[in-house]
Amino acid sequence: MRDVAVIGVGMTKFGELWGKSLRDIFVEAALKAIENAGVDHIDSMYVGSMSSGLFVGQEHLGAVMADYLGMNPIPATRVESACASGGVAFRSAYFEVASGNSDIVLAGGAEKMTDGADVTEALATAADQEYEVYQGVTFPGLYAMIANAYMHQYKTKREQIAAVAVKNHKNGANNPNAQFRSEITLDQVLNSTLVADPLRLLDCSPVSDGGAAVILCSMDIAKKFKGTPIRIKATAQASDTISLHSRKSLTSLTAVSVAAAKAYKSAGLTPKDINFAEVHDCFTIAEIVVTEDLGFFARGKGGSAVEKGLTSLGGKIPINTSGGLKSKGHPVGATGIAQIIEVYEQLTEQAGKRQVKNAKIGLAQNMGGSGASCVINILEAL
Amino acid sequence: MISPKYFREIPQRYRLEAGKCKKCGTAYFPPRLVCPECKSKEFTKVNLSSEGKLLTYTIVRVGSDKFSQQSPFAVGIVELKDGVRLTTQLADVEFDKLKIGLKVKLVFRKIQDEGKSGLHCYGYKAILI
Repeated sequence: MRDVAVIGVGMTKFGELWGKSLRDIFVEAALKAIENAGVDHIDSMYVGSMSSGLFVGQEHLGAVMADYLGMNPIPATRVESACASGGVAFRSAYFEVASGNSDIVLAGGAEKMTDGADVTEALATAADQEYEVYQGVTFPGLYAMIANAYMHQYKTKREQIAAVAVKNHKNGANNPNAQFRSEITLDQVLNSTLVADPLRLLDCSPVSDGGAAVILCSMDIAKKFKGTPIRIKATAQASDTISLHSRKSLTSLTAVSVAAAKAYKSAGLTPKDINFAEVHDCFTIAEIVVTEDLGFFARGKGGSAVEKGLTSLGGKIPINTSGGLKSKGHPVGATGIAQIIEVYEQLTEQAGKRQVKNAKIGLAQNMGGSGASCVINILEAL
Repeated sequence: MISPKYFREIPQRYRLEAGKCKKCGTAYFPPRLVCPECKSKEFTKVNLSSEGKLLTYTIVRVGSDKFSQQSPFAVGIVELKDGVRLTTQLADVEFDKLKIGLKVKLVFRKIQDEGKSGLHCYGYKAILI
């Protein structure tokens, strides 16, 4: 396996993009990434998408996107791992370059969620259709059950969970591509509409359209191009039961801790070596549980860590400087790639007001469903 | 073409039929073809106890379109006496009475209407005991 670099990134603004179709969104992001990297061709491409069939009635996205990107006849593959589709598309592209099969590969992701589909039902297909969704449970409902179990076990204050949303909106306000660039207060979170008790509207990531793409190439040619290279230090992935109820613990996510352990081992790093991370905050409680599973905080301490500002910009380990899924938006298939883009911008010191000082090593954690799949990528500045 | 799908799930939805691994004794609901614990492929059919306790719960305020007429409704994860866990609606409860650890019992109820024909689909819901 050879070393692999990321040499360019591109994304659309995330939000309600009424004037743009799914293919427009993907192609816009992909063209920006190609331009940003300064490559004149790509050898292959991966497209992360959770549920284009349900959202816009279109499958076969590899072919659609290669066609509209003007890249026929290169191989183009759609990758699906629910909300982790983007992160797994990135990992697939990494292996294609690392193996020596291709030199320059595009990893992208896109989702168009505002074209009229029943979004709650479409997202719920990432859970167990026969034994969870049959009963009417929704995604906010699944994470709400994690939140209730967590608060019961650790006596965590509701305000500590809400603080995740406040922090992420503060970060997102400085991200020009974020869906919500407005700061919010703890009171606003705690008084927003109940979605699934105890989670309220402002605990939930939004419904979004958006696309994101990055260009990977082998390290030995990375300096030939315009884009600044960073190194992919490690990639790891793990799976867990599709149903939340089948897990031994309802207050931790084993796929996250297993993938993290593999990624740290492969990189020769410990959680203390990570300078900042983008994590999958589809709901506020998810960020708290994930930061514990990643080893940044002890079990039950993730809530107080947010409250104390340890995960804020300038804190011990800044989490979701991009605004996270909560404020930046969560066009499902694009999310994992957008996380890589934030890590890239931080490591190449292009994050502006969101810049983490001395950012050398960043981690991106992307997960599917209620944690049934998780992919972790660790990147390093050269 | 909803009937075959509904038909084949009746043993689980109506009778709580599970598969118990002949080798390691772990019970699975629904039954599986291979045991994740010991990889055995031999199972005995067992009917689960209908009694258990509530491990966690929520109140779904915003359901999918199919459940919008029922919203808000309570859903929880229940651990049955056999150690098997499942997700189920919590019926006939006042939301503010719900708490983790309550004893519950599964009863037979209508769950939803499926498809354009509105086929009635039944199954289990939990009530407090």
